[in-house]
Amino acid sequence: MPGLEDLYREIILDHYRAPRNRGELPAPPATRVEGFNPLCGDEVVLYLEVGPDGTVTDVRTAGQGCSISQASTSMMSAAIKGRSVDEARRLIRAFKALMSIHESKLEGGDATAATEEALEGVRLGDLEALQGVVKFPVRIKCATLAWNTLAQGLDEATGA
Amino acid sequence: MALDVAALRAQFPLLARTVHGRRLVYLDSAATAQKPLAVLDAMDRYYRETNANVHRGVYTLAEEATAAFEAGRARTARFIGAADPHELVFTRNATEAINLVARTWGAANLGSGDVVVLTEMEHHANIVPWQMLAAERGIEIRWVPIDGSYRLDLTDLDTLLDGARLFSFTAMSNVLGTTNDVPALAAAARRAGAAVLVDACQSVAHEPTDVSGWDADFVAFSGHKMVGPTGIGGLWGRREVLEAMPPFLGGGEMIRDVRKEGFTTNDVPWKFEAGTPAIAEAVGLGAAVEWLDGVGMAEIAAHEARLTEYALGALADRFGDGITIYGPATAEGRGSAISFLFRDIHAHDISQVLDEDAVCVRAGHHCAKPLMRVLGVPATTRASLAMFNDTDDVDALVAALAKAQAFFAL
Ligand SMILES: Cc1ncc(COP(=O)(O)O)c(C=O)c1O
Repeated sequence: MPGLEDLYREIILDHYRAPRNRGELPAPPATRVEGFNPLCGDEVVLYLEVGPDGTVTDVRTAGQGCSISQASTSMMSAAIKGRSVDEARRLIRAFKALMSIHESKLEGGDATAATEEALEGVRLGDLEALQGVVKFPVRIKCATLAWNTLAQGLDEATGA
Repeated sequence: MALDVAALRAQFPLLARTVHGRRLVYLDSAATAQKPLAVLDAMDRYYRETNANVHRGVYTLAEEATAAFEAGRARTARFIGAADPHELVFTRNATEAINLVARTWGAANLGSGDVVVLTEMEHHANIVPWQMLAAERGIEIRWVPIDGSYRLDLTDLDTLLDGARLFSFTAMSNVLGTTNDVPALAAAARRAGAAVLVDACQSVAHEPTDVSGWDADFVAFSGHKMVGPTGIGGLWGRREVLEAMPPFLGGGEMIRDVRKEGFTTNDVPWKFEAGTPAIAEAVGLGAAVEWLDGVGMAEIAAHEARLTEYALGALADRFGDGITIYGPATAEGRGSAISFLFRDIHAHDISQVLDEDAVCVRAGHHCAKPLMRVLGVPATTRASLAMFNDTDDVDALVAALAKAQAFFAL
């Protein structure tokens, strides 16, 4: 049976209690996007500033929700700040791949080729702490909300 | 007489199981009730011994099945205080019952600019069907507000009802627990010339119901909230009102005659029951209300009121300002649903931690988003008590909440 400590790792609780990059940026020039999880009322607002060289120069977050959605938002903001848009997109793919690995695969089984490809060469770092969420299927949406919102925001910021 | 809760509990097979190795503490009866053995047995026996389609067979089995189905209707009608079993239409649930009224009575009686009055404490089931009519036909929806003690604010009721065609309101809020004074609200609607629909989905399971004393036109409820099966619910309607309404779905059973040129409708209630109905479920619902009457609805209400008082006291004593209860502060004029915000911990996190101790509570908007917006919260945690709960269950809730508080240490 998965225990609470699988879900609520210390690093997750730390980001929940002390979220990074909280605040707003004037939009425009920044891009503002909102993500919403109607099931639980989780809400994420992102402010993205993308420089002319395609670097995410600044990011701020607002919104409210459960510890997993808010910690994931905080960890995401720390992970992408200063990275290029391309790197951020690779991180989104890798994170979502992490969230789609079936529970049984966590204990060393084979991931699908697509998942492996998405994860290949990407350093997730602290984000790996969110892997335990997979054992609690109803909470996966809480963890991915920030990342889906980021994908939308990057598309808008780059006019894709 | 006080209920023998241990003996009642023993009649629910599911309550004997454990979750994560612990005694199950089921505090989510407002979402759906657990089922006593009497209901499970009645349905099992029906399938083993009687199953056949109803109303269209001449052979013995089909006659028995029809009799069992209609006995379920008659027994349920008696339970809610209906004078005539034919005033009870079987639906899938309360949601379908309300949609039936919106689609048939609404189609015949509501047009552009006509007013339907709701309250701020309604379930989506008693909001969205009317919003659909607003979008399609331009009806106007007005809302009776709630006050600071989580009861309806009736100050402007007569103004809100002025010119209204329908007043549709809940007898008991599934979020706040608040019970509404149905006869008084119905009387106000009558004075304004409005029809009355009562959403009794919560109240039927927690207090005696007497639709004949309500002066309503329609009453909607769900079997699964009143220890009956899922897939069956009821719409009670005054006979002359039902008779004047156009049919709902078209098909078998709801017709008297069909020719190439058209059809004529069956008598009520079958006019509204197209297709093969939920037969075993009707039998199960009959067994459920028989069981509830055997325990005694007045006794159930008294037990739940005492336990609600205990729970409200225990939560306040232990957590003080750390807990905000959205609902009346005492057991007076309220049911047993207790919605709350605890510290700043999100309802989903609380529910997750409570699950470790096999404490089942609901977290979210409880299908009442307009009410959540009025309360200014995205979600609440809700514990709801039933006849089989006892003070041990409440103590388990309090202990698990203390654990959540320590865990998140905010
Ligand atoms: C007050 C109220 N009305 C209507 C409903 C809808 O019931 P059902 O989903 O069984 O149709 C519920 C169920 O939660 C309820 O509590």
